[in-house]
Amino acid sequence: MNDALRDLYREVILDHSRRPRNYGAMDAANRQSDGFNPLCGDRLRLFLLVEDGAVRQASFVGDGCAISTASASLLTEAARGLPEEEALELVENFRGMVAGESEPDGESLGKLTVFAGVRDYPTRVKCATLAWHTLRAAIEQSGETVKTE
Amino acid sequence: MIAAPAYDLEKVRADFPILSEEVRGQRIAYLDNAASSQKPRAVLDAVDHVYETGYANIHRGVHVLSERATEHYERSRRRMAKFIGAQSADEVIFVRGTTEGLNLVASSLGRYALREGDEVLLTGMEHHSNIVPWQMVTDLTGAKVLAAPVTDRGELDMDGFAALLSDRTRIVSVVHVSNALGTVNPVDEIARLAKERGAYLVLDGAQAAPHLKLDVQELGCDFYCLSGHKMYGPSGIGVLWGKKRLLEAIPPYQGGGEMIRTVSFEGTTYAEPPAKFEAGTPNIAGPVGLAAAADYLDGLGIPEVAEHEARVREYAESRLSEIPGLRVVGTAREKAAVVSFVVDGVHPHDLGTVLDQEGVAVRTGHHCTQPLMERFGVPATARASFGLYNTEAEVDRLAAGLRTALEVFRP
Repeated sequence: MNDALRDLYREVILDHSRRPRNYGAMDAANRQSDGFNPLCGDRLRLFLLVEDGAVRQASFVGDGCAISTASASLLTEAARGLPEEEALELVENFRGMVAGESEPDGESLGKLTVFAGVRDYPTRVKCATLAWHTLRAAIEQSGETVKTE
Repeated sequence: MIAAPAYDLEKVRADFPILSEEVRGQRIAYLDNAASSQKPRAVLDAVDHVYETGYANIHRGVHVLSERATEHYERSRRRMAKFIGAQSADEVIFVRGTTEGLNLVASSLGRYALREGDEVLLTGMEHHSNIVPWQMVTDLTGAKVLAAPVTDRGELDMDGFAALLSDRTRIVSVVHVSNALGTVNPVDEIARLAKERGAYLVLDGAQAAPHLKLDVQELGCDFYCLSGHKMYGPSGIGVLWGKKRLLEAIPPYQGGGEMIRTVSFEGTTYAEPPAKFEAGTPNIAGPVGLAAAADYLDGLGIPEVAEHEARVREYAESRLSEIPGLRVVGTAREKAAVVSFVVDGVHPHDLGTVLDQEGVAVRTGHHCTQPLMERFGVPATARASFGLYNTEAEVDRLAAGLRTALEVFRP
């Protein structure tokens, strides 16, 4: 693997794509949203348990590439415990980073900065953001399938 | 008897300027020809020649440049009529590509032929461009779209196809060569069955034109569509061929200049085909590039091209079969230059990104054939598709890139 690929497929990303965390439907969920990337056929369903205005638990099921699977997996860890407004802020920070609009900010994004390499792969940005758009829809309860296009 | 000259691959490659382009320090291995093919110098020059020596609007100017442009354009129409075996150049309509050709036929033939309760028979391996236009026109007319089943090998299930044909079938529209699998469909048999029921037959030839010698009269169809950009011609130009009496009978597709005889607010009369279907100022240089591409293909000999591509494809199938966990999707007995595949544990999109880093261009995704992906139970495939300039060494680079991907994604 060359350096460019190593920047994209960081070890944390590979690890989460091989063994996604919080994978599975959640019976106790009170929010749910679907995401679909028509370009590559990636699909995911995100489950949230929201109590007292904060995300208590998050899980997902779906079928996608390494980037989109790892992104959803890391999202379910990162969103847990966040008040809804902070979760929405995180969505915006993450999107800004992978779209190349803002520099990777370890303070707000923590280990999600492993996705910073995606900015050099314009065709893969939507893979990384699919789960995050879906999280926003789940929090805002728009109830529509989120499409990346 | 004089022996046919051997296929001179190095000479062929030298005709395509883009093949010398370097991507990340190495020559591009372009294996995405089913999406779009590269252009030989002769096509690029032919297009330049129009703009440099004889460009103006066509069919209406009294001045010399308009005359020259019109002659370029109409000569290209005659050339394409010969390329596809049409009886007359008047049966050749210039369109943007196969998608526009299919939309034109669906809209115009659909409005002419379909009534409530009628059926349009497609197959499960159609490109979205041969599904959606029919859904649009059947929504308007109250007719119904049916799709014939596809076998596990990716061939058309002919018993299933025949079983869906009935006296309600007014139109059959089928892909000649599948873009996602490479399957060459038995169009002779399809034509025979469609004729028995008195149904019109439309063929989507986007993938056939660069690989098969075409003779639309022998194929027994009523309409045939192709795209220039998949047969080494420019993008934005293609051909719709239709039988003359049908082109005369069906209503126009778009209205505007050039397609009329007289216009008044009391009523308008239409021009004869092909003008009837070419409203507005068309792509004027495109047909000239397309005709040059036809010259180029015929110069090499389409059977010779097909033979070369079959060799490269068979080599690819054998190299890819050595890769653990790789499965070829679509193993039809009659196949054109496509190998579609999935690899256990590695998503096609990730394969595509790794291959791109190695300078190998393939397509990944559903290839605009979502029902077919559903049929095979995969969300997407990776697809290597070959053209007249591809080499076995490029296939070796594909195989090496896939092994790199396995190292990355399979711990």
